[in-house]
Order: sequence, then structure tokens, then C-alpha cells
Amino acid sequence: MKLSRHEVESIAHLARLEISADEIPVYVDNLSRIIDFVQHLDEAATDGVTPMAHPLNMTQPLRPDVVSETDRRELYQQNAAAVESGLYLVPRVLE
Amino acid sequence: MHGMTLAGIARALRDREFSSEELVRHLLERIGRLDGELNAFITVTGEAAVAAARDADARLAGGASGLTGVPIAHKDIFCTAGVKTSCGSRMLDNFVSPYDATVVERLREAGTIMLGKTNMDEFAMGSSNETSYYGPVRNPWDTGRVPGGSSGGSAAAVAARLVPAATGTDTGGSIRQPAALAGITGIKPTYGRVSRYGMIAFASSLDQAGVLTQTAEDAALLLNAMSGHDPRDSTSVDAPVPDYAAGLGESLEGLTVGVVEEFMNEGLDPANAAAIEASLKVLEGLGAKVRRISLPNIGLSVPTYYVVAPAECSSNLSRFDGIRFGYRAESPRDLEDLYKRSRGEGFGAEVKRRIMTGTYVLSAGYYDAYYLKAQRVRQLIAADFRQAFETVDVIVGPTSPTPAFELGAKVDDPVTMYLNDIYTIGVNLAGLPGLSAPCGFVDGLPVGLQIVGRAFDEGRILNVAHRFQQETDWHARAPGGAFA
Repeated sequence: MKLSRHEVESIAHLARLEISADEIPVYVDNLSRIIDFVQHLDEAATDGVTPMAHPLNMTQPLRPDVVSETDRRELYQQNAAAVESGLYLVPRVLE
Repeated sequence: MHGMTLAGIARALRDREFSSEELVRHLLERIGRLDGELNAFITVTGEAAVAAARDADARLAGGASGLTGVPIAHKDIFCTAGVKTSCGSRMLDNFVSPYDATVVERLREAGTIMLGKTNMDEFAMGSSNETSYYGPVRNPWDTGRVPGGSSGGSAAAVAARLVPAATGTDTGGSIRQPAALAGITGIKPTYGRVSRYGMIAFASSLDQAGVLTQTAEDAALLLNAMSGHDPRDSTSVDAPVPDYAAGLGESLEGLTVGVVEEFMNEGLDPANAAAIEASLKVLEGLGAKVRRISLPNIGLSVPTYYVVAPAECSSNLSRFDGIRFGYRAESPRDLEDLYKRSRGEGFGAEVKRRIMTGTYVLSAGYYDAYYLKAQRVRQLIAADFRQAFETVDVIVGPTSPTPAFELGAKVDDPVTMYLNDIYTIGVNLAGLPGLSAPCGFVDGLPVGLQIVGRAFDEGRILNVAHRFQQETDWHARAPGGAFA
């Protein structure tokens, strides 16, 4: 199945990835080949098979709802590009 | 010193044949001299390693033993407090982790010393270590060839005897395939055996941490220290961990070894197949019975993986937004431009391909046809393994269809690259433990024997590899030339 240029642009937008105009044909080709390849899955008869949710069919454990972590905001924010007064700075969202 | 196994080093340190500081300085000198050629390390933590070695020597003088003073390296996917943790990506080139991964913490508590962080395919996505932002890693057996991936830096460093052992992660073969291509031993434990806390996530239902070493015995020693329940990883399994090293040496008399028919076909290099058949003879000589088995749906494991893994990756990697950590594009016009350009410039081509594949298969209208279908086929593949393990104790076969290939040979064709992992991916889909051990050479390049076990049966596959390594010397061979 060949994906269209428009489809690839729309996937890139959903994934919030900037793709340059000259890269688009490369991704059209690559993604089309990957989708063709995974279409082999249609060869398997899967009626009545439960989709796997966990490799060992285990369930998620629960724990008491108590505070277990301390506040390390300052340390964590050292990795951010722009912070002020403990807040992350981004371009203006509201005019 | 540098040719010694981890077990041998631990004994020598305990017996005071040399100090941890002498060993660490010797290995740092080798890294400084030889890694320009290999590019196996992204970061070398020399000063901290020497300081830790001095501290270890003091504890050894006080009677400490075990892994005290033993040098190792960590794949750069594991968070290390105060040390750059890049995951092989421009996105995290500026990231200094504020905390340690559980694997890092446990191995340090066991006494090991970190020499540095190893190179890897970007976000562990690749089978040749060519997608790293820091450039490809070269195979010490032939520096024109790849070391495999994604734990290619760990594999090359151990093979070249720059370090006796290194951690790795395996989502579709990323420990076992590079171990095979570099002529060393590598184990991926059962899903949930080792904590994933602080291990940067690629595909959370498949990712598992393990080690790359010279021998199965060394792998057992490290796995003892790494394994076990961690409340900080909700998928970590709360089950007792056996002493893997204590179980080594048991007889293979009466063991049933399954050989998967679908793996011994025309896709496998004939010389590689001959090495596997010769290995089966060795196991038979040790008392094992060989039985041919079929995994009818295994042929669909690669397409299943290339739906499930990209789907999980597109979700996991959405956290890289240019705001809280990681790369941020210059002068964004608005918030959307900030997201899109930070991600577009911060991620490499293979990562973007997988994020887009994942976004597509999860998008409205395609979810049932691709994602749900793949999760159903995954159930069939896991059921095939369960059924096989009713009649056999371990499954043995090739790790990789060919020995190490040349740099650049497959880089332009994603699907051809994906097929490198045809023998390893099913094991991740089923959540089982698997290891690769050296079993011969083809045209001077090492090839690996894959040994797969039932869930939580790491002890048995380690013992099979250990008994095999007592009968053969493939694992003891090291690259010559500059690396000798």
C-alpha cells in the first residue's frame, strides 16, 4: 500500500514532528514499505484470539496511596531549557 | 589483566594479585588508546572511576569480596546521577540525569565501578549501531563492519577487552544480536526479572535489561546483583531470585533441547548453520537430547514487532517536547513550532520513522487493522512457545542470520535491517529469557548460538551455556591486532 504525501504530512503533524519538504518523499517511500511489510499479519487467522495485553499475562499491582517521593523540582528543572520562579517557560499561548 | 573474565578479576582482586586502581587505570589507558577506532564509549568517567577504585581497594583490604572493585560499563540508556545520559540521541545530548537507574544503583551497591557509558543506536532503535547521534561503533573483529545493535558499544567494548562486562537492553534482540556479532555472551532475562526504572523507555511491553560478558558465569554473577523486585517499576515481578552462579555446572543429562525447524532454513547462512549443528553435537555429547520442533507462527514475529514496538515508541517518546528536558529548537514562533522543530531536529531518521509508523498504526481507523491484529498474532506466537516448552526444556538455534555485515550495507533499507532480528524478536514478544553464546567463526567473524528458556528459567539457560563453554573455547577467543 502506497501512502500519499498528504497522509505522511498528516502523520508527522499528529506526531508533532517537523519534516522538511525534501524529506517527505523519503518518508513516503520508507513508511509505505514498512506498512506493506506489516500487512503480512493478515495471513494469520486470529478470530477468537484475545489480543495480548502483557507478555506474561500479569496484572498491574496496587500500592497504598501515600506520598513516597520528595520534592526535587529544582534539581529536575536544571535540565529544562527555560525556567523562571519554578515554572517552565514556553512561547506565549494566549494573546 | 584486560583479557581476564569478570569472575577471574573478582578472584584476583580478592587475592590481592593486583588492586582495583591498577586495573581501572590499565583499562582507562586502553580505552584512551583504542576507543578512537571503535567509538564504543559516549562518555568515559575516568576520574570518578579511579576514586571509586581507591575506595574499593580500601574495602577489599577490609575483607570485602564479591564484585567489589570490578569495572563495568553501562549502556547510555541507563540513567546515571550527575552523568550525561544521552540514549544515543541529539535529543538528550544535554541531559544530565538527576537520579540513578535501579540497575546502576544495584550494581554499584554490589561493588562494581563504572568506567563510562557506552554508545548505542539512538533510543535503542537499530540493529547495527549506525543510528547513534555520536556516530557508528566499529566491530573489533573487523573495523569495517558493524558490531550489531542496539547495544553495539557495550558489545564492542567487551569484545575488545576494554571492560570485562557491560549492561545492555534488549527490546527485539539488542543484547543477543550484538553479542553474537562481537563474539561474546549476552543475556536478556525474562520480562519483569530486572527493573526498568531509570532505563529510558522504547517499547515498554518488550524492553528488558541484561548484560554482555565474556562468559555465562560472568553473566550469572551480574544477574544475581541486578535482578529482583523493584517497587519503582510496576512491571517488575515480585518473585524470588535464585543464585544463578550457584546453579552452574549441573549435568545436562536428560535435558531436552528443541531446535526450531523454521530457523534452520534457507534464510540462514550455510556456514552459520554448520556451526549451530556442530554446537548441537556438543550438547548431545553432554547428555542432552535434541528434538526438532515447530513454532508455526514465528514467521510473523518481525511484522508483529514492527507494529507493537513503534506503537509503544510513539507513545513513550511523546515526552520529549523540548520543554522539561532535552533538546529545544532555537527561536520558536509558537508552542506548536517549539514541539515540532525540537522533535524534528532532536530525533534522527530511524527514530522519526518509528514514531511515524507507530502514530499511523494507532491512528483512528487503523487501530484494529494493525495494532489489535498484531496483539492477537503476538498471543499466537507466545502460545507456540508455551506449547513447545511442554516437550522441550530449552530452545537452541542461531542468534543472527549472518555474521557482522559491513558498515552502510543495510542502512538505506529499513525492512532489510529489521530482518536481522528474525530469530530474536519472538522471544521478546513472548517475554521469555534468551542468551547468545559464541559458537564458531564464519570467514573470521564470530557467530552466536541462541539459547531460550521458559519464563524465569534464566538459571537453566545460563547453565547450558556454561556447560557448553566448558567444552568449547569460542568464548575465550579475542580480536587480535591492536586490541590484543
